[in-house]
Amino acid sequence: MALLLNALNSVLPLATDGESEEGVFVGPSIAEFFPEAVLFVGTPFEMNRIMMIRIAVLLSLMLFFYLATRRMSLIPTRAQSIAELGLGLVRVNIAEDLLGKKDAARFLPLLTTFFFLILGMNITGIVPAMNIAGTSVIGIPLLLAVVAYVVFIYAGLKKHPAAFVRNSLFPPGVPWPLYIIVTPIEFVSTFILRPITLTLRLLMNMIVGHLLLVLFFLATSFFFFEVDGVARLFGVGTLAFGFVFTLFEILVAVLQAYVFTLLTTVYIQLALADEH
Amino acid sequence: MSSATFSVVVAEEAFNPLLPALPDLVWGAVCFVVLLAFFWWKILPTVKKGLDARAEAIEGGIKKAENAQAEAAAALQQYNEQLAEARAEAGRIREAARADGVKILNDLKTQASIEAARITANASAQIEAERQSALVSLRAEVGSLAIDLASGVIGESLTDDKRSAALVDRFLADLEAADLKSARASDKVSR
Repeated sequence: MALLLNALNSVLPLATDGESEEGVFVGPSIAEFFPEAVLFVGTPFEMNRIMMIRIAVLLSLMLFFYLATRRMSLIPTRAQSIAELGLGLVRVNIAEDLLGKKDAARFLPLLTTFFFLILGMNITGIVPAMNIAGTSVIGIPLLLAVVAYVVFIYAGLKKHPAAFVRNSLFPPGVPWPLYIIVTPIEFVSTFILRPITLTLRLLMNMIVGHLLLVLFFLATSFFFFEVDGVARLFGVGTLAFGFVFTLFEILVAVLQAYVFTLLTTVYIQLALADEH
Repeated sequence: MSSATFSVVVAEEAFNPLLPALPDLVWGAVCFVVLLAFFWWKILPTVKKGLDARAEAIEGGIKKAENAQAEAAAALQQYNEQLAEARAEAGRIREAARADGVKILNDLKTQASIEAARITANASAQIEAERQSALVSLRAEVGSLAIDLASGVIGESLTDDKRSAALVDRFLADLEAADLKSARASDKVSR
């Protein structure tokens, strides 16, 4: 974890080093993700603009899905088609493929919520005037990872407690002396690393994506308005990079939502499996 | 310059992105719970119902189309059967008509020949009757005529009834014998 932090922070000064030729270039910092509180200051419901973005995302999602499925018709409207496409992706390509129809139906509400909540929160990273992902502070990634953790352990224990523990800690087909090594590894990877990797994968993708975009656009502004001479042309390059990375962030937003949901489903599947 | 920027960044490391703040968790949880409830109780049941209805409609439509096709095939077969039946019927009727025609023709022929025979018989009976009456009247007239003639020729009164009657009878007997002979001859000729 400390390594990750170091890596994160070391990116910034290096980047600023390269570009601070004249004037003072101030790169983005981790403070980006901790804006000032503006509502309910001092209470547990304190809101800064990221929290407000989350609420906006929540309302947008609900509004869209409500309107799209308000009148379900046999021949879908455009909105209904899009909603069905998204819901179908989670239902068919993630849940039913991995869990089978019966178990998929049990866990579908959770997985659908995961996918659309993460997707919605991620995509605000490139929405103009929002420009920061709702998942770029640790609350949601951590919370969802904990939920996923609780759910897969609950699923395994409810179905077959003994088999779940045996499969998780003593994978079958391994000569018994190896369990001395394998069991601690399995324990750590299953019960400790899974939620941590889920959290950090999502969080760091969003943090780094945002920092990169800010860096490119700050640099563009810096080159265009605070540098004289030929060096201004660098601004064109940084602007182009900013544009490309904006597109890339769309991909990352969808991909991370998909990966988080898919991994949660895989964990549930492994917990439900009779044998590994 | 770069070291100054660096120190700024380090100073801001007071913000640790890995430590969740309470409001962060609270609002994250609110978003998650609300969205979960919304999907669980509102959207997913609605969508499921819609998809089921669509699947049913599609299956129903296919079944309906199959039924319609089967019906059409049955109707076609029935139509063909009826057509074949009608053809057979027409053939039968034609045959019957032909037979009837032949029969009627034969009947007519028979009737016509019977009629012809009857007419012929009638005609010959009438002719015979006329001949008989002619013969009778002729005989009466010839009798008186002959007596008159004979009275004149012999110049004697034939008032003696016994003699006159005997004369007439003898004459008539001669005449009848001649007549009978000629009639037999004519009969022989006609046969």
